[in-house]
Amino acid sequence: MEIFHTLVFLLDSTVRVSVPLLLAALAGLYSERSGVFDIGLEGKMLGGAFAAGAAAAVSGSAWIGLAAAVLIAVFLSLVHGFASVTHRGNQIVSGVAINFIAAGSTIILGQAWFSQGGRTPLLASEARFGAIQLPFAEALSGVPVIGEIYSDLLSGHSLIAYVAFLLVPFTWWVLFRTRFGLRLRAVGESPAAVDTAGISVAWLRYRALICTGILTGLAGTYLALSQNAGFVKDMTAGRGFIALAALIFAKWRPVPVMFACLLFGFLDAFSIRVQGSPLPLIGQVPVQFMQALPYILTVILLAGFIGKAEPPRAGGVPYVKER
Amino acid sequence: MSAPYAKLPAWADYGLIPLINLTVAFIVAGLVVLLIGENPFRAAAILIDGALGRGQAIAYTLYYATSFIFTGLAVAVAFHCSLFNIGGEGQAYIGGLGVALACLAFDGILPWWLTFPLAIAGAAVFGAAWAFIPAYLQAKRGSHIVITTIMFNFIAASVMVYLLVNVLKPAASQAPQTRTFLEGGQLPKLNFLLEAIGLSVRSSPFNLSFLLALLAAFLVWVLIWRTQLGYEIRTRGHSPKAARYAGISEARVIVITMLISGALAGMMALNPVMGDQNRLTIDFVTGAGFVGIAVALMGRSHPAGIVPAAILFGILYQGGAELAFEMPGISRDMIVIIQGLVILFAGALENMFRPSLQTLFASLRPASVVAEAKQGERA
Repeated sequence: MEIFHTLVFLLDSTVRVSVPLLLAALAGLYSERSGVFDIGLEGKMLGGAFAAGAAAAVSGSAWIGLAAAVLIAVFLSLVHGFASVTHRGNQIVSGVAINFIAAGSTIILGQAWFSQGGRTPLLASEARFGAIQLPFAEALSGVPVIGEIYSDLLSGHSLIAYVAFLLVPFTWWVLFRTRFGLRLRAVGESPAAVDTAGISVAWLRYRALICTGILTGLAGTYLALSQNAGFVKDMTAGRGFIALAALIFAKWRPVPVMFACLLFGFLDAFSIRVQGSPLPLIGQVPVQFMQALPYILTVILLAGFIGKAEPPRAGGVPYVKER
Repeated sequence: MSAPYAKLPAWADYGLIPLINLTVAFIVAGLVVLLIGENPFRAAAILIDGALGRGQAIAYTLYYATSFIFTGLAVAVAFHCSLFNIGGEGQAYIGGLGVALACLAFDGILPWWLTFPLAIAGAAVFGAAWAFIPAYLQAKRGSHIVITTIMFNFIAASVMVYLLVNVLKPAASQAPQTRTFLEGGQLPKLNFLLEAIGLSVRSSPFNLSFLLALLAAFLVWVLIWRTQLGYEIRTRGHSPKAARYAGISEARVIVITMLISGALAGMMALNPVMGDQNRLTIDFVTGAGFVGIAVALMGRSHPAGIVPAAILFGILYQGGAELAFEMPGISRDMIVIIQGLVILFAGALENMFRPSLQTLFASLRPASVVAEAKQGERA
């Protein structure tokens, strides 16, 4: 029973740490499927987190925080689009630039506006997206196994967490069952064909980037308004890159993206849990190794040792109309 | 872009366009300063004075520039092969391990001028080794080098934390760093160079690795524009297809280019580790690997552009520290914003002003040609 209890606890924290990864990875899915590489996920998420923290602190409303986060993340996405779609600049360079601009300006503006060393003020509970208790969670918590899973693992997450997991089937439906999704995937594989069909490549890619902005804004909001009570500088701490790793790990498909994020989230939760205590069979594993594991796994996958990660064919290449 | 624009003269291509892009980046940075309620012109004045106003400030500026020359060259060499080495940060970090191992082993028995070549070799070999795996995976298995080098940055950070905490830390110490190197593991300072031209420098970390950086810049120029390997690198960078037809082994060029790039990034570690702190610490690279991207983009991947671009970033780093001291509203993170804007405008948006400039030059040229012709008739 003790082991079961630990497992539920571990899975519960896995879900919590997976949510921002999942949102960011889905965000990257839209952009990369449309043929725009996005290593600026980290910056967009960070910008969103800051906007959420700042707007929620000023207005006292979590919803205004969310709106601000989405607005800023979409704006950063549009900058990415302006550079890499309209002006056909290098997508990687543009993504790197966005990461820098977000990292610097969130600290500078945070310090200038709130004078708390780059963080936003601590938020009251009504300015946050708090835990939602699912119906009967309280009543069922006494029931062994099922009750515990229901009330501890499934219940008690924030609204954004539930939205994040609902977005997985939704994204699948958008990409594989709608006309927009078909075109979005087509533009990532063969923009010339889409262009020949009389559909604007640029406008499609901009719409994909707007989706990316909305989702990274949600991811930032989750970090600042659910996981924490306000924005702390550099609070994304490389999650954007782990999300990117998860996206590659899942070979650019929505449902595997969810499992990859849960796996990486589990590694994270697990490494915190077992810190310092030896594991059965393996013995003491350095915590640094556990932290590096998602990156190592991604490299191994990219090397083609566990299946082949085939990126969208037109990814990274700006589209030139006459060629 | 199919409209036939006039080709720009070289001075406009290599001077005017970067200058315009840089100016726009600084104007936007000025707007950020304005946004937080400070005067951008006063900020710029403090920054420049803080970086160039006194002998000591100049020495610090050149100290920072040293690191950026190495990482800028690293990114540029890879660029010529159209490889985006985003892993300079990790390669420099691991390069520091090579420096530290050479210094820890020999600092008690050899004078610095014998330890130095060993440390250079250590830095280059370790940096190159860290670049080798992504290079090999790109060349042989087609894994995207940008993604693998990003992953390797994170892996490097974990490896170094592990080594410093569990292996390299002296038993009696709490801080995760190696012991301080003895005299044989310390590079001489170059302050006398500045004092020779009448500047006073009380103390600064400006050291011998600056000259090594300049030498490296010269050697990179020789390599890229004066050797067969350089020609192959540029050919593959310009058109992989043409390179393949010409019988250039793509895999070989990719791997060699990345080894050189990684070695250059690794040599950046000499400057802080052997030249200043005299010990290996956590996070000594402090983003220099990423500054290298901005430096290479601004310097148009040419050593003659990279050295001044690195000095400009040295000015920003040193001046930014003074600025943070003088203006409470602005912290050193202002540099990060400026860096991002430079990368955005000089890199991703480098072609934003090109069409309008080309139209402008095209509209000027016929007029002047006509005028010259008329003058010729009169004479």
